[in-house]
Amino acid sequence: MRKLPQDFSVDRQRTKKGNLPMHESAVKHVTGQAVYIDDMPEWPNELHVATGKATQAHADIVSINLDKVRAYPGVVDVIVQSDIPGEVDVSPVLSGDLLLAGNFVHYIGQAIFAVAATSLRAAKQAVELAEIVYQTREATLLPQQSLARQEFVLPTHTIQSGDVKSAMASAPHTIRSDMYIKGQEHFYLEGQISVAVPNEDGGVQVFASSQHPAEVQKLVARVLGLPVAQVLVETRRMGGGFGGKESQAAVLGCMAAVLAVRNRCPVKYRMPRQDDMVQTGKRHDFWNAYQVGFNEAGEILAAEYDMVGKCGCTADLSDGVVDRAMFHADNAYYLPNARISGYRGKTHTVSNTAFRGFGGPKGVILAENVIEEIACAVGKDALDVRKLNCYQAGKDTTPYGQKINDDVLPTLIEALEISSDYRARRHAIQAFNKRNAFLKKGLALTPVKFGISFTSKHLNQGGALVHVYTDGSVHISHGGTEMGQGLFTKVAQIVAKAFGIDYQRVNVSATRTDKVPNASPTAASAGTDLNGMAALDAVQTIKTRLCDFAVEHYGIESSDFAISDDLVHLGAETMSFPEFIKLAYMNRVSLSSTGFYKTPKIGYDRKAAKGRPFLYYSNGAAVSEVIVDTLTGEYKVTQVDILHDVGDSINAELDIGQIEGAFVQGMGWLTSEELSWDEKGRITTNSPANYKIPTSADVPEKFTVRLFERANSEESIYRSKAVGEPPLMLGISVWCALKDACASVCNHQYSPPLAAPATPEAVFYSMKAARDYQEARS
Amino acid sequence: MKFLLNDQCIEDNSLPSDFTALRYLREKRGLMGTKEGCASGDCGACTLLVGELNEGELRYSTFNSCITPVQSLAGKHVVSVEYLSQAEKLHPAQQALVEHHGSQCGFCTPGFVLSLASLYEEKQTCQQPIDRASVCDAISGNLCRCTGYRPIIDAGLSMTEIETGYVERLSKNDKVKQTLDELQCSASVDDYLSKPKNYLLPQDLDQLIAVKNIYPDGILIAGGTDLMLENTQRYHDFDTLIDLSQVSEMQGIREDGARLIIGASTTYSELEAYSASRYPHIYHLLGRIASCQIRNRGTIGGNVANASPIADLPPLLLAFDADIQLADSHGTLRNISIHDFYQGYKQTQLKQDEWIVSFTLSLDKLAHCHRFYKVSKRMEDDISSVMLAVRFATEDHQITDVRIAFGGMAATPIRALQAEARLCSAEVDDERALLEAIECLKKELTPLSDMRASASYRLDMACNLLRKGWLAVNQTDVVSFSGHGVSESILTSGMEGEAHA
Repeated sequence: MRKLPQDFSVDRQRTKKGNLPMHESAVKHVTGQAVYIDDMPEWPNELHVATGKATQAHADIVSINLDKVRAYPGVVDVIVQSDIPGEVDVSPVLSGDLLLAGNFVHYIGQAIFAVAATSLRAAKQAVELAEIVYQTREATLLPQQSLARQEFVLPTHTIQSGDVKSAMASAPHTIRSDMYIKGQEHFYLEGQISVAVPNEDGGVQVFASSQHPAEVQKLVARVLGLPVAQVLVETRRMGGGFGGKESQAAVLGCMAAVLAVRNRCPVKYRMPRQDDMVQTGKRHDFWNAYQVGFNEAGEILAAEYDMVGKCGCTADLSDGVVDRAMFHADNAYYLPNARISGYRGKTHTVSNTAFRGFGGPKGVILAENVIEEIACAVGKDALDVRKLNCYQAGKDTTPYGQKINDDVLPTLIEALEISSDYRARRHAIQAFNKRNAFLKKGLALTPVKFGISFTSKHLNQGGALVHVYTDGSVHISHGGTEMGQGLFTKVAQIVAKAFGIDYQRVNVSATRTDKVPNASPTAASAGTDLNGMAALDAVQTIKTRLCDFAVEHYGIESSDFAISDDLVHLGAETMSFPEFIKLAYMNRVSLSSTGFYKTPKIGYDRKAAKGRPFLYYSNGAAVSEVIVDTLTGEYKVTQVDILHDVGDSINAELDIGQIEGAFVQGMGWLTSEELSWDEKGRITTNSPANYKIPTSADVPEKFTVRLFERANSEESIYRSKAVGEPPLMLGISVWCALKDACASVCNHQYSPPLAAPATPEAVFYSMKAARDYQEARS
Repeated sequence: MKFLLNDQCIEDNSLPSDFTALRYLREKRGLMGTKEGCASGDCGACTLLVGELNEGELRYSTFNSCITPVQSLAGKHVVSVEYLSQAEKLHPAQQALVEHHGSQCGFCTPGFVLSLASLYEEKQTCQQPIDRASVCDAISGNLCRCTGYRPIIDAGLSMTEIETGYVERLSKNDKVKQTLDELQCSASVDDYLSKPKNYLLPQDLDQLIAVKNIYPDGILIAGGTDLMLENTQRYHDFDTLIDLSQVSEMQGIREDGARLIIGASTTYSELEAYSASRYPHIYHLLGRIASCQIRNRGTIGGNVANASPIADLPPLLLAFDADIQLADSHGTLRNISIHDFYQGYKQTQLKQDEWIVSFTLSLDKLAHCHRFYKVSKRMEDDISSVMLAVRFATEDHQITDVRIAFGGMAATPIRALQAEARLCSAEVDDERALLEAIECLKKELTPLSDMRASASYRLDMACNLLRKGWLAVNQTDVVSFSGHGVSESILTSGMEGEAHA
């Protein structure tokens, strides 16, 4: 008989002494051993891609001359749209995103042709030599313009509740205004990249830095005119994703695949940072016009919101993004009478895409802005207005009809108010601001309530594949991708816990489309919810087989069979897991299973604009304190306290990492990160030299994150809650604290408009508006 | 060209002049731990250590390998992440990052490891504790998009408490010292002018003049922190590069009689260290310029000769009436005032074959009240929207001389002459004079709008920063924020100061 492998040693450095597992790649990260796609060995005949980019925002192409490009040393192949063997459309959901432009371009940076050369440098130098003549058309560059011109990528959707017209008319106070919220560059540290290697059957294997390998696979097959089964996509890890590699990564995979199959050689398409910042979509800008009616206490009676997303030139994922902005325009607050309309504005700019929060932040900031303004109007602390309007018993139905079934939000806000010493600090700040001529402090507590589930119902499914090998080692594959969030670690923990075995026995590897097919993107914070549940299902299948075998083999009751603490219990006897697995194998028990999960209970009736789009909500709140130099508008965030709801945490260390990272990313969006476009539609913030994400110096020393300890009331995986996106919106507390500091200039009689992001310039002019208001009154 | 890469002595004479250290490691050596995040020196994913012998001591500092020509590292020890963990033992920086969950996606992590390892070396060498400010300074050029930095800072703070069994400190490695010694000796006997080269590292002015005569088209490079962007962002290939960083006459800072002489090849870091105990306001400004990695490479001469209107040192030099010493390939030396140096956008008085040797500042003027204010969107590693350098000479409660110099307000670094004239001879606390000077600023400055700031904000800042400077000469320093935390003690400034509001 062939020898079966021995039990392996569990001495690998994967957990801190007695603590939770660290990120499965932590040691590989710090030693530089973790392999990203650009680190894979290159073939001697590997080619590198660069694309020729449109220099006009909206134009017909009159002529293209690529002779000099083709003649450039190192150039092996040059393709235009007609060279694509299959379909040219690489849209994720709808249509309009073309792999290469035809005779028409609709944003600056759009790829018109692609070059494959022996080096990236040669390819980049060659593309500059193209001669392209355009006939320009008028361009729409702002969402307000697209609204005025009624140019939309998709139809408008409206959510209504109560009788907003009469409630508004009878409200004692109303505020009517608008706010522009700029988008955000993902700035994942690893830029977009794919490598395509043709196989012997005319198909192709693609290594993609993608949150959605199944979609890359589908689209590669589409552009090549091949069955999906001929394409294999693999993603081991991304150097950050944040939504930017949900739909955007497919273009690189498709381009590399077309050139690889044409030239019968491996092709790498890695976007240098500038191309990435110009050619790939970002967080949507939004222009939100609003009117709210409220009473003397600051209770909201009516709300009318018109939210216009700057979708860019195509639909991409914008339907879901604008929907989610609408679903979160209430944030944590009850709106008894509301009309919320979401417009999908078409602009001649790069098609905006998913970004952590997926539209949600643009709704939440609107809600929080409204609260700050109401608080000043009724002369109350904003926190009291928040608590008054917060969803609670009797005020528990969202404008789209979903009920808030628990009291997590008010409990959590109250707990944070106490633990952060909010009231005492408020008094101290008032005293400070009175005494200080040049410096003003600001304080804000803002909550977030974030709906968990894809709003596209069909995406709420997960798949997994679990193998147990004869030495007792376990291998888990699932449809989710690892972008740093720790998904692989959490799913491995789930598998270990479900089996009852040591975590060290569970091995993770790359996400591959031939292991788990048709997987959903790793997005909507749902990675662990969907894939963890699918893995649990697979483990339970195998465990049932093992139990049946034990019952038959040992003649015990099924209730006498258990696996716990890495031991198999067979009535009075125990056996090591590897020993028992070997025995099961010898007795021909199947030791591999798939697992599947679909989220229950959800459904949204788009026609009625009512339903339950979300299985549950993840909640949290943050208190931020800032200090502003009134002479310049410069500021520092001096303290942040966060209390966040992750249900029963699967890995508190990873969850806290997600909360802190998301908070700082949200803070960056609303402070130093400012996208800028010129009047021609060209993005002028095209490099980290002019687009500034936070550094370590922007993070306050007093930065406390605690987890709200309460199990999920819904049956999620081990009663945990999704964590990826919700805490990003806690960064809004920094923006509100700055707004509070600005309002202090006029003693909070008025909440002056504050741009988003609140750069020092924006804060300076907001303070000036407060001063002007004050002077006009005195 | 020879250098020590980790534990391997390397000789490679086949490289293009502009071939970066990052490409060398990844493409020629298969050392894939060092990442390209931006190829512009902004993200730090490519951070490496360079070790050099200085009077027998081995000192390491960080640099951005993505914009550093590998040939500029000749004779030095280059350390990548692969070298730090040996025989399965992690370096304290690595172990601390693991224990504090300091990595998520991991792409930026090797860069952070090297920045923290550099801090560890430095602090162990001078036996100083590691505090939060020093950690943030060390990683000021490292961007992380996942963690929010808290665990990375905590890791940095705990490095000295880590027990990893990691025995040898980098700077104590005698074998490395010996190798670098040998490399230095072999370099000095090698008559580098006998063989054609594309990257030249002259050691003194005579050699530089000789080199410049042999390669008249050779491009001058110092730190390369701006020049190399031509190569990595615009894909321009350089032919011959002449590196000024080792020309002895162009190095160092020294006092000479009543003057302070700053060599053009002095790095920002060197000036920062020099000014720490002598000129706190210059020190503070340097902390706001670029990142630690860039300050370790970028030079004062480069910042001035580059003639960017948003450079931060030209306003400082204008405020001190600095003189510039120039030399050319004929060996001619001349002096020129900084006030005459800038001609127009990116245009200077430098002739085709001329370069800056040094700057001379008067110690008397350095003793005057001076302040520098830099406004940008981000505290660390950001380009100024507006920068003001101001100097007041006062006597008997009267302003006897004043310099008001701005960056970011015109096509060149610029003085506000009318405002200066209005304040000169005024009583120190004459607020009316200040207000009139501010009115002068509004007339004489016409800044542009761009992605960093609007024209109106720039002008408003020019006025308010001048007010800040005026408050300072009136003993009311208004706090200027930096990358460091805000301590309660500095917040008392401006208290009860309603009179000036």
